[in-house]
Amino acid sequence: MAAVQDHGHGHGHDDHHPTGIMRWVTTTNHKDIGSMYLWFSLTMFFIGGTLAMGIRAELYQPGIQILEPELFNQFTTLHGLIMVFGAIMPAFVGLANWQVPMMIGAPDMAFARMNNWSFWLLPVAGSLLIVSFFVPGGAAAGGWTFYPPLSVQGGLGVDLMIFAIHILGASSIMGSINIITTILNMRAPGLTLMKMPMFVWTWLITAYLLVLVMPVLAGVVTMLLTDRHFGTSFFNAAGGGDPVLFQHIFWFFGHPEVYIMILPAFGIVSEIIPTFARKPLFGYSSMVYATASIAILSCFVWAHHMFTAGMPVTGQLFFMYATMLIAVPTAVKVFNWTATMWRGSMTFETPMLFSIGFIFLFVIGGFSGVICAIVPIDIQVQDTYYVIAHFHYVLVSGALFALFAAAYYWLPKWTGNMYSETLGKWHFWLSMFFFNATFFVQHFLGLAGMPRRIPDYALQFADFNKISSIGAFGFGLTQVLFLYIVISCIRSGEKAPEKPWDGATTLEWTHLPTPAPYHSFETPPVIK
Amino acid sequence: MSQESSHYYVPAPSLWPIVGSSALFFLGFGAALTMNKMELGYGMLAVGFAILIYMMFGWFGEVAKESEAGEYNGSVDTSFRWGMGWFILTEVMFFCAFFGALFYMRVFSIPWLADAEHDLLWPAFNAATSAWPTAGPGIADDFVEMGAWGLPAINTALLLTSGVTLTIAHHALRAGDRAKTITWMIATVALGVIFLACQIYEYGHAYEDLNLKMTSGAYGSTFFMLTGFHGFHVCVGAIMLTVITFRLKAGHFTADKHFGFEGVAWYWHFVDVVWLGLFVFVYLM
Ligand code: HEM
Ligand SMILES: [Cu+2]
Repeated sequence: MAAVQDHGHGHGHDDHHPTGIMRWVTTTNHKDIGSMYLWFSLTMFFIGGTLAMGIRAELYQPGIQILEPELFNQFTTLHGLIMVFGAIMPAFVGLANWQVPMMIGAPDMAFARMNNWSFWLLPVAGSLLIVSFFVPGGAAAGGWTFYPPLSVQGGLGVDLMIFAIHILGASSIMGSINIITTILNMRAPGLTLMKMPMFVWTWLITAYLLVLVMPVLAGVVTMLLTDRHFGTSFFNAAGGGDPVLFQHIFWFFGHPEVYIMILPAFGIVSEIIPTFARKPLFGYSSMVYATASIAILSCFVWAHHMFTAGMPVTGQLFFMYATMLIAVPTAVKVFNWTATMWRGSMTFETPMLFSIGFIFLFVIGGFSGVICAIVPIDIQVQDTYYVIAHFHYVLVSGALFALFAAAYYWLPKWTGNMYSETLGKWHFWLSMFFFNATFFVQHFLGLAGMPRRIPDYALQFADFNKISSIGAFGFGLTQVLFLYIVISCIRSGEKAPEKPWDGATTLEWTHLPTPAPYHSFETPPVIK
Repeated sequence: MSQESSHYYVPAPSLWPIVGSSALFFLGFGAALTMNKMELGYGMLAVGFAILIYMMFGWFGEVAKESEAGEYNGSVDTSFRWGMGWFILTEVMFFCAFFGALFYMRVFSIPWLADAEHDLLWPAFNAATSAWPTAGPGIADDFVEMGAWGLPAINTALLLTSGVTLTIAHHALRAGDRAKTITWMIATVALGVIFLACQIYEYGHAYEDLNLKMTSGAYGSTFFMLTGFHGFHVCVGAIMLTVITFRLKAGHFTADKHFGFEGVAWYWHFVDVVWLGLFVFVYLM
């Protein structure tokens, strides 16, 4: 019994699908769509990265050299938005597209045509954001969190950003409904929930978070829009509203959002560590429960971003303790990864290096998070470079490193070719070095009181800023190496063996040839 | 095997998504430009809407055709159920944002603005003058609140009744009585349309007689945004019900396979429930 019927009436497949550009425009194949997501994300990563280089160039020394303050603010705003919504999130969705059907033995995503739409909304939103630099008044400049009143006062750029966010939200919602449905409905017979690979589990939970909070973001940007143009008073105290209300609604979305960007990363690392330690994942079920508790808790901690915005003390206490509680399931995960490696027969190929780098640096970010969660300390560090350091440790050396690990891990499966292990190792070590050079010193800057989102600074911050900028340029250049590695892997990589990672146990490695065929699991495998 | 396809249907490559994306391209730029009073915007908006409507006809038409051709087996049906369920959850969360804003203003921001600490800012805004409904301390334009027991109560009755008629239609469909199904569907759509007409009348009344506007501070903002988005959803729901009615006339759906019908019914009930929330929290309280 064949389990997939393609092109209407089941006369085979890969026969009459369009070629050339139309293949990519019209495709309903999860692998094509996954690739488009990944390339889109890489493109946005370089655009967002260019903005970051601009920011660090301006901050290389005190005074205003390159970017006027207005433009500087546009750079920081769009850097954040592009990296979060354009680079990190689509990359994970791309991975889900490629991997989820293969890891659960499904022929494709549940809604293959809608899947195409989820992707093709992204370039539309991306163009809204990028074009906004060139309209009168320039791009949005109120920070990626676009707090009113600044965002109520901005010009056309803010409106373009609002509609970009609406479209991105629609894309994410369709994407996550697709992922949830695929996972719940299309697993191979015998693949019970508690046998699913961790990557699939983390994506299932992430997709739940997405359907819960993306609509809230859509709601809050809509209120912003009507406050801007239709005279409503949601964020206007004169009308009985409150700018702080915006912050509450935004962070009700925003904090789960940061977990949306890290849970799939947890999943990736939970696949890679067992493979290269050649041991099953330690504490599988505790991993599942930890992921679920992180997701649930993450909906009740949002106001830790607002400790200095004005809040009753009871509120501060509640959000402080709730936030600190998240560190517990997070620590369970770190413990389990470490225990998986304990006495394993480990090898250190590039995916493993990035995963270990992830654990090491993510833990630093987790600790600085707990420090930020302590109200009296946060009152000092709020809106300083300390917070910047914190979230780059969790997002760059967390989410991004895990994405690199995933790319190296699955490139052989996707392309049939191996990447260059030597260059991959260089990529890791250079990234590791320059990342820390860029961001570790920002902890000191923040503790010493350097505010974020300001193009100029007092003289005593000059040395650390210079180090940070040099690190940033190095980090940026290193990522060009990644692009080179990927392209040369696709173009001229050595042919990959059927199973390059002998410790891998998930379906895409055990049940499918390398490279994975265009249509996989037309007949579902039976899982014992 | 039975008539039903044993395969999970994966649609062929399709142009509809990119058509939809180009619609949103025009809508996104068009809306942003329009709101900044730039000429180009209006045209782009119009083009965007035209493409969007074209896409909906084409895409949903294709889905209906595939469904009638028997391409969707039980597993695909389950997918649609999950998909629609989660979609409705996202809609619920969207409304939650606005209900949350209403809650926050009434419970926190307005009492705070009226308390002793803020005496210097707006001395005239105190516990007495800040009673709900209010336009806030800085908006002087007086308005009259929208009462609950006139039109809104009638509207509640209309929507609740439409839920009942829809259920009768569903039972008739399951019993295989197509004519009866269609009759009750028409009744449901009619109730929805009457509801919308009442709502439009109410808005006119608010603007003309009560001086209640979007710009009427906290009360006006939450009143119009909540009822407005709800009305928009009723509108979408009524259009979907109409489409389903036409499909019933065209002989679509069978007594035991009609998720297209059920999905829209779920949506309609969801819109109903949101209204109950509105009636209590916006009109009554
Ligand atoms: C143990 C876990 C964590 C704790 C306790 C924690 C705590 C915090 C706190 C209290 C803040 C607010 C600091 C301030 O603005 O003064 C913050 C900011 C932030 N965190 Fe975390 N965090 C944790 C993990 C993460 C993770 C995993 C991510 C993302 C992957 C993340 C991303 C962010 C971002 C983006 C911001 C800054 C947002 C902004 O103001 O622009 N955090 N975190
Ligand atoms: Cu947070």
